[in-house]
Amino acid sequence: MQKDTEPQSGTWQEGSARANSEYIRHRITLDPITRLEGHGRIEVFLDDAGQVDHAYFQVPELRGFEKFSQGRPVEEMPQITSRICGVCPTAHHMASTKALDDLYKVEPPPAAKKIRELIYSAFVAEDHALHFYFLGGPDFIVGPEAPAAERNVLGVIAKVGVDVGKEVIAMRRHLREIVAMAGGKPVHPVFGLPGGVAKRITPEMQQQCQKVAAEAVEFAKFTLQIFEEIVLPNTEYVRLIVSDLYTHRTYYMGQVDEQNRLNFYDGKLRVVKPDGTEWKKFGPAEYLQNIAEHVEPWSYMKFCYLKPIGWKGFSDGADSGVYSVAPLARLNACDGMATPLAQNAYERYVSTLGGKPVHHTLANHWARVIELVYAAERLQELANDPELTSEHVRNLPTATPREGIGVVEAPRGTLVHHYQTDEQGFLQHANLIVATQQNAARIAMSVETAAKGLISLDHMDDGVLNKVEMAFRAYDPCHGCATHALPGSMPLVLRVHDAKGKTVAIVRRDRNGDVKRD
Amino acid sequence: MPTKPKVVFYWCASCGGCDEAILDLDERLLEVAGAIDIVFWPVAMDFKRKDVEALPDGAVFAAFINGAVRNSEQEEMAQLLRRKAKVVVAFGSCAQLGGIPGLANLFSRPDIISAAYLEPLTMDNPDRVLPSVHSRCNGQELELPVFQDRVRALDQVVEVDYYVPGCPPMPRIVYNAVTTLLGSELPPKGSVLAPNVALCEECSRKDTKPEKLSFTEFKRPHQVLIDEKLCLLAQGLLCMGPATRGGCDAVCIKGNMPCTGCGGPTSHVRDQGAKMLSALASLVEGKEPEEIERTLATIPDPVGLFYRYGLPASLLQAARQNQTRAA
Repeated sequence: MQKDTEPQSGTWQEGSARANSEYIRHRITLDPITRLEGHGRIEVFLDDAGQVDHAYFQVPELRGFEKFSQGRPVEEMPQITSRICGVCPTAHHMASTKALDDLYKVEPPPAAKKIRELIYSAFVAEDHALHFYFLGGPDFIVGPEAPAAERNVLGVIAKVGVDVGKEVIAMRRHLREIVAMAGGKPVHPVFGLPGGVAKRITPEMQQQCQKVAAEAVEFAKFTLQIFEEIVLPNTEYVRLIVSDLYTHRTYYMGQVDEQNRLNFYDGKLRVVKPDGTEWKKFGPAEYLQNIAEHVEPWSYMKFCYLKPIGWKGFSDGADSGVYSVAPLARLNACDGMATPLAQNAYERYVSTLGGKPVHHTLANHWARVIELVYAAERLQELANDPELTSEHVRNLPTATPREGIGVVEAPRGTLVHHYQTDEQGFLQHANLIVATQQNAARIAMSVETAAKGLISLDHMDDGVLNKVEMAFRAYDPCHGCATHALPGSMPLVLRVHDAKGKTVAIVRRDRNGDVKRD
Repeated sequence: MPTKPKVVFYWCASCGGCDEAILDLDERLLEVAGAIDIVFWPVAMDFKRKDVEALPDGAVFAAFINGAVRNSEQEEMAQLLRRKAKVVVAFGSCAQLGGIPGLANLFSRPDIISAAYLEPLTMDNPDRVLPSVHSRCNGQELELPVFQDRVRALDQVVEVDYYVPGCPPMPRIVYNAVTTLLGSELPPKGSVLAPNVALCEECSRKDTKPEKLSFTEFKRPHQVLIDEKLCLLAQGLLCMGPATRGGCDAVCIKGNMPCTGCGGPTSHVRDQGAKMLSALASLVEGKEPEEIERTLATIPDPVGLFYRYGLPASLLQAARQNQTRAA
């Protein structure tokens, strides 16, 4: 970071410059990459044969929450940390609130836990549905090889019917209204307090939850049907899912209940090995023994790995500590789903893909739909729970605070908030392990593998661009982008530079999906 | 047929919540999008910086920019969009006032970097590797934007024409702001495109606010069971309602938690935090300096409370910057 002490850009020694002229590296920059929550870019270097030498997935941004949270009253952390991500604010708010329970050693009343999980289920369902229809969906509902002009939300609608688009908008709104009703507002809710929630659910509110939950279950079933009827019969797409271009054999982490079934809100973290057997199962407090972070100078992103196995670079296999989180990883880490429709879908997923664990990155999309079914079913269970309307939604904390850890499964994977405070509850230290960090190494590998398999100086057409993008989109697209009103393929530009930065080729894809090479 | 006005949505140091706020227009988004020609919106469609660079200066009607300015890339983008757009709108708390990430201005850049890459409990970084503006990996040169010393509100970097407040702005405010700008007459430059009333005025608990509030101590929200009907200030909780611009329909209070001030000040107030502090000081029950001090000492984290969203744009920060300059 220290600008003055950095090696100067362009300080290639003459000798290395000469060497480089013999071995010309070309460089492709995808900046900014798309359908990603936040900023990102991919740098691809080609060798003199025009083949990919290396590819880097870079995150150019830092805001520094760990530092400026220090000195804040810890009860404010659920609202401060939700600003880490406005797409999944409810995940940060919830992990933070659970860290406060632990910090004050206060158990929320049963109704408060149910209200929290109700809000959380509505949030997960909304988030997953948006992704399926508007972000990842076009790639496989329409098809990765479809003309770019059709590979977008309009193409999805053309395939599944105009009314579905309207339904998705309405469903998203209804689910977000539940979060707003119980938590103030959908972006940056305010319900979380140590020992419970700020507001009770009235019988009137419960009725609305029941109505929306019933719609959500039907909607989830319908979404699953679309996947199974449109995507799965397409052998070409299934071949792509299982191809080596999108496959890495890593460890997987996800939160499970006592019967090892997936749980978004609470439980233990279970990690399975690349062969699918359990590596470890541990409670939130033991995350420190199991997760560590690695820094690379070329990204502001930190790369997580399994501490006892160690950082062995960007490689997969049982000897590398690289692991993955999010839908694919969660379904690998659990033994099944806690609701009937989701369990059914999970079994079909496992048998179709040849058993567990599933190492195919693109299977994240299918896993996400199965999780959508679970979230909707769970929402309905909670909405129908008579205890939901109890007036007892808070237990006041009495213990002296010192240290607390909270874990939830965010839509994109395991999320850990860990706070240390003084005796008055002012924050001294915050440690935050967010989902994307834990996928960062595997994403970097996925992008490089896809780039190596697909890109060369002679192969930079639209299909190539899209398939490289698909390598990261499966993990971490922006859930809030590219919705209904803004059809069109993602315009992209690839600039190919030589080692000194001189542009040697530009490939453009415009909004109509036309690809031109200048 | 007149062409549709070109519009840009861009994000700087932000969380994505402002982009979600645009999506939360829901069905009305179709109407808005139909009236404009969106030429750049990285999160949703046109990602090419080069395309923006290729537009003639002033070709864009309005650039809605959310997020604060934290690094060199964001500064460059703000300047580029300023050149291209007739109207620049600071969208959301971070762009308007600096936002929650603006609290980082309480700390130095090396301390922030250290907290992120050296101090975390899970960090394994024996060689003290830090993200670098220039680095070399496998003999290949890689670059990152410069993480700057301070967080700045958008108008501390480029000239801003209008402001849309909120963290994030509520759909109703977004809709009104956009349709106002698309209307036949632009509002006066510098306008905040939201109702110019204190939040208390629209609060559903307004009628329970006592004629004369008085405090002997302030409570923290986790310490008390919060009554769902009664004015939060009357319950001893620090609600920023009196010093905060409304228009959001007081939704946080409907969630039974205090307003934290994301709407920023009304136009009658220069500094939101100073306004709140003076309002509270005048309501302390005791009138002796020690009594006042004892009561005010029960306010936890005054800077983080009164300047939660507005530290970079505050008088406090201006004073500090002047001091630095003088020194």
